[in-house]
Amino acid sequence: MEFFQSIDWMMMLRCFIVGGLICVIGQILIDKTKLTPARILVIFVTTGAILGGLGIYQHLIDFAGCGATVPLTGFGNALAKGAIEEVSKSGLVGAFIGGTKAAAGGIAAAIFFGYIASLISKPKMKKQ
Amino acid sequence: MKPIETQKEYQDYVDKKSPNSPILKNCFNAFWVGGLICSIGQIIFNYCKYRGLELQISNTIVSIILIGISAFLTGLNLFNKIGKFAGAGSLVPITGFANSIVSPAMEYKSEGYVMGVGGKMFTVAGPVLVFGISASIIVGIIYLIFNTQTITLV
Repeated sequence: MEFFQSIDWMMMLRCFIVGGLICVIGQILIDKTKLTPARILVIFVTTGAILGGLGIYQHLIDFAGCGATVPLTGFGNALAKGAIEEVSKSGLVGAFIGGTKAAAGGIAAAIFFGYIASLISKPKMKKQ
Repeated sequence: MKPIETQKEYQDYVDKKSPNSPILKNCFNAFWVGGLICSIGQIIFNYCKYRGLELQISNTIVSIILIGISAFLTGLNLFNKIGKFAGAGSLVPITGFANSIVSPAMEYKSEGYVMGVGGKMFTVAGPVLVFGISASIIVGIIYLIFNTQTITLV
């Protein structure tokens, strides 16, 4: 198939390794510290936003593609990058528009699919 | 076999008998599951690129599809099984964000569809959005003041 020939397999390998390593960092945080998962997610998003604001994270995305954008650090980076782009277009108000605009698709999808999924879900059966 | 007498001997015995230290095993599982989720994202991304879509649109589509899949897997009670096995491997990718929205919503379903499901959805994901969006606003303001991404050239 033409589509499979167009895939860059080295990119795929780098994506797998970098994405895996970012998850290993999270796993070490879970095992070695007493942070709750919610705090770890916050740490990842904030770190991603800071690294994105400094322009460092883009290098990782160029290197590993979705290995860098799919983890939550990539979500933070998308927020920061969106804010920067919008600021250079429309000034101060852009700082408030840009971040949410860049992540709007993900947030809206999470709310919409999340609501539907919890509607169709069956409550957990407790073993008695 | 000689009897175990001291605390230290017992500890050595346990260390010798227990298979791998759990943190190594956890990290290994987190590594390959996390890598696999990212690779699925990369395949979707490649397909979007193959169809000639823009970079940012492609990234959004990847997020939406992964979020959708994990939301429904959480609803079917399958995601927490993956989560137990993979730990951070399924938590750190954007799938964990979707999972963190659906699981509290499911838990509080008995409190009603508006305040139960609608209200409790953001007990875990709320802080993520608060800190993520606040950080992006600060980054934007800093960029406005200094008008440069300071470390871009490193």
